Amino acid sequence: MSIIVDKISYTYEIGTGFERQALKEVSCVIEKGEFIGLIGHTGSGKSTFIQHLNGLVRATSGSIYYDGQDIYDKDYNMRELRSKVGLVFQYPEHQLFETDIFKDVCFGPKNLGLTKADVELRAFEALRLVGLDESLYYQSPFDLSGGQKRRVAIAGVLAMKPEVLILDEPTAGLDPKGRDDILDCVKALQQETGITVILVSHSMEDVAKYVGRIMVMNDGMLMFNGTPKEIFSHYRELEEIGLAAPQVTYIMNDLKNAGLDVDVSAITVDEAKASILKALGRN
Amino acid sequence: MIRDITIGQYYQTKSVIHELDPRVKLMGTMVFIISLFFGKSIWMYLAVTVFLAAVIKLSRVPLKFIVKGLKAVLILIIFSAAFNLFLTDGEVVVRLWKLKITKEGIYQAVFMVIRLMYLIMGSSLMTLTTTPNNLTDALEKSLGFLKVIKVPVHEIAMIMSIALRFIPILIEETDKIMKAQMARGADFENGNLIKRAKAMVPVLVPLFISAFRRANELAMAMEARCYHGSEGRTKMKPLKYNRRDRIAYAVLAVYLCGIAALNIYMGGRII
Amino acid sequence: MGIVRTENLTFEYIRRDEEGNVEGITTAVDNVNLDLQAGQFIAILGHNGSGKSTLAKHFNALVSPTEGTVWVDGMDTRDDAKTLDIRQTAGMVFQNPDNQIICTLVEEEVGFGPENIGVPTDEIWLRVEESLKAVGMYQFRKASPNKLSGGQKQRVAIAGIVAMKPKCIILDEPTAMLDPSGRKEVISVLHELNKRENVTIILITHYMEEVIDADRVFVMDDGKIVLSGTPREIFSQAEYLKRLRLDVPQVTELAYELKQAGIPLPDGILTKEELTAALTAFKG
Repeated sequence: MSIIVDKISYTYEIGTGFERQALKEVSCVIEKGEFIGLIGHTGSGKSTFIQHLNGLVRATSGSIYYDGQDIYDKDYNMRELRSKVGLVFQYPEHQLFETDIFKDVCFGPKNLGLTKADVELRAFEALRLVGLDESLYYQSPFDLSGGQKRRVAIAGVLAMKPEVLILDEPTAGLDPKGRDDILDCVKALQQETGITVILVSHSMEDVAKYVGRIMVMNDGMLMFNGTPKEIFSHYRELEEIGLAAPQVTYIMNDLKNAGLDVDVSAITVDEAKASILKALGRN
Repeated sequence: MIRDITIGQYYQTKSVIHELDPRVKLMGTMVFIISLFFGKSIWMYLAVTVFLAAVIKLSRVPLKFIVKGLKAVLILIIFSAAFNLFLTDGEVVVRLWKLKITKEGIYQAVFMVIRLMYLIMGSSLMTLTTTPNNLTDALEKSLGFLKVIKVPVHEIAMIMSIALRFIPILIEETDKIMKAQMARGADFENGNLIKRAKAMVPVLVPLFISAFRRANELAMAMEARCYHGSEGRTKMKPLKYNRRDRIAYAVLAVYLCGIAALNIYMGGRII
Repeated sequence: MGIVRTENLTFEYIRRDEEGNVEGITTAVDNVNLDLQAGQFIAILGHNGSGKSTLAKHFNALVSPTEGTVWVDGMDTRDDAKTLDIRQTAGMVFQNPDNQIICTLVEEEVGFGPENIGVPTDEIWLRVEESLKAVGMYQFRKASPNKLSGGQKQRVAIAGIVAMKPKCIILDEPTAMLDPSGRKEVISVLHELNKRENVTIILITHYMEEVIDADRVFVMDDGKIVLSGTPREIFSQAEYLKRLRLDVPQVTELAYELKQAGIPLPDGILTKEELTAALTAFKG
């Protein structure tokens, strides 16, 4: 599977006097098994963009091809697309509604019209993938901690067995350990199942640590699209649009300017450590 | 879809109508509604239309925006039109199977639709040009006499203004929850009425939970800012009548008298 | 005595199951003794569920202690007659910007607090103007809060508290729902208020970068204060913080890792400038 996005534009509230163009001719290709980071400040169009990928929002112009098929074709099955492209919204725990966790996770597969046995099998698998303790399965989702609730909500989407998983700021509001736990879980999931992951994030440190490719959105346009190292080498341009590089990128640049022969393309603590030790002749 | 609801929203711009004392607007809305139900002559409707058009023009709120508010009550309008069209006795014009349409019925239906539309437009014009706080103040002051019989006027007014502020937030939230459940395969568009009602459960439960959470947090935030009812409370914007408010009252009086006179002159005639 | 002081403060609540039977007692705040000095920028760190929010609500008399005492500017928070004075002295800003804005116009929102405490009309207008200018939101005074960004909404919420002329502002995770630029806006406004108006700031957060410039940091875990000191002292304990579900800023982490690898660096490096200086000094 692959997703080809071809020059999509989207305009809000046409004909109300509040018109605003949220997307401007965005084009990109998303290959199977990729781990992509989508960054951009609030209002840059990221949220609108990801809602196009599973057909919740329809582009005003342009086309999207999923597995070579035009999703705007008249007889294209939009509901099937939604099960293939799983979208986890911000604060997904706010959408939990069932009396126990297991039932809530069953909601998605049940909507796909599977047999009861299949539905339950999928729910179990999804809950296992997010690493939730089995003793909690039949408790009310509302008694869980914030991080656990979020896992349940992610499991609710995973139970649809999507080929692509889109997460809109999955770590918002969590404490540092909670943030790491969720992202480690997503990474493990991606490696175990080969699912394509698109991670919308505000944290450059997280993006640098986890993803293989970064797309940067600004003012409704796709501004950069490349590997983390390429993207963060443009840190001055990123700053101009209200973003930044990870802290280590700045440290490495400062050290270089101070005469230390370090690799300025280091973007994680581990890379920076290795490069500094090398520059100091300590490896 | 659900974002189309504009009732109770405030449209920010600068206009004569926006700057009027909210009590004048409250009174004006009442006078306008009364005038709608006065008579049934074409001339009267013409006068009402001119009045409404003039006020809309003065308010600088785009007509599109006001008309959008009608969408929410479209079904109600269609129903009452149908009732009047088929259930009024009189001179038969068309006969369809067991139903008959009468000349009186057509008149009634047309007038009813106009009345309802104007009613909604007139009252949304008030909320569109008055901030909820102002509206609350006006209600509190105009209904102040009820305090004597222990009606908690201030509290009721405060509840109203908060409700109005949260309408757009809850609408947005509903939209978000619906999308999230659609991403999990929920279907809100197909099936019969019962199936559709059932499909709303995954939306309504989270919506209620969130509304309660918001209410809880808001109550705490209000308490933290020393809110303790109307006792000892001062006003940032105390209501005071200006010259323009007195003029507006005069215009309203002339309008009401004019409509009344027109009706007396017309008797019960339509044209 | 400090602006906020607690003595053996404990707060417990009873958990009940669906039938209303007692399931157990949770101790959200456990025997906390604090003496926060006026004029300081104070940060309270702790993971989700560590009890930091419950502690903060005591400072505003929104919650009453189960045991022990809280004094705000010398007033006992259990004294009902003083509740309004306490809330005026120690204003509180909450996490969700949408759920603490009451009015539909920015200026009316800021005027809400002064109205409640009976400030005369002319003075309300003065205070609204001053406070909106203090947080840099004066040009938005006629706007609807719904149209503002998260950071702007929180600045309006802060202005709403400033207009009540408090000696102290308590902020319960004010940046948790904001994006990085919104977070920066809010934190820099807080530092401004602290420096210029000499308002005591008590910031509750789990973002490590936000506490680097604080005068004093307290770390909470399981309802108790487990660490206190300057940011440098706190961040010297990278291992311990991680065990508390917290973290250290990336610079500090890098310095810590280098030190582990045998580079003699000082403890608790907080800024990239410090690290660069230390490394170049080492290289000689």
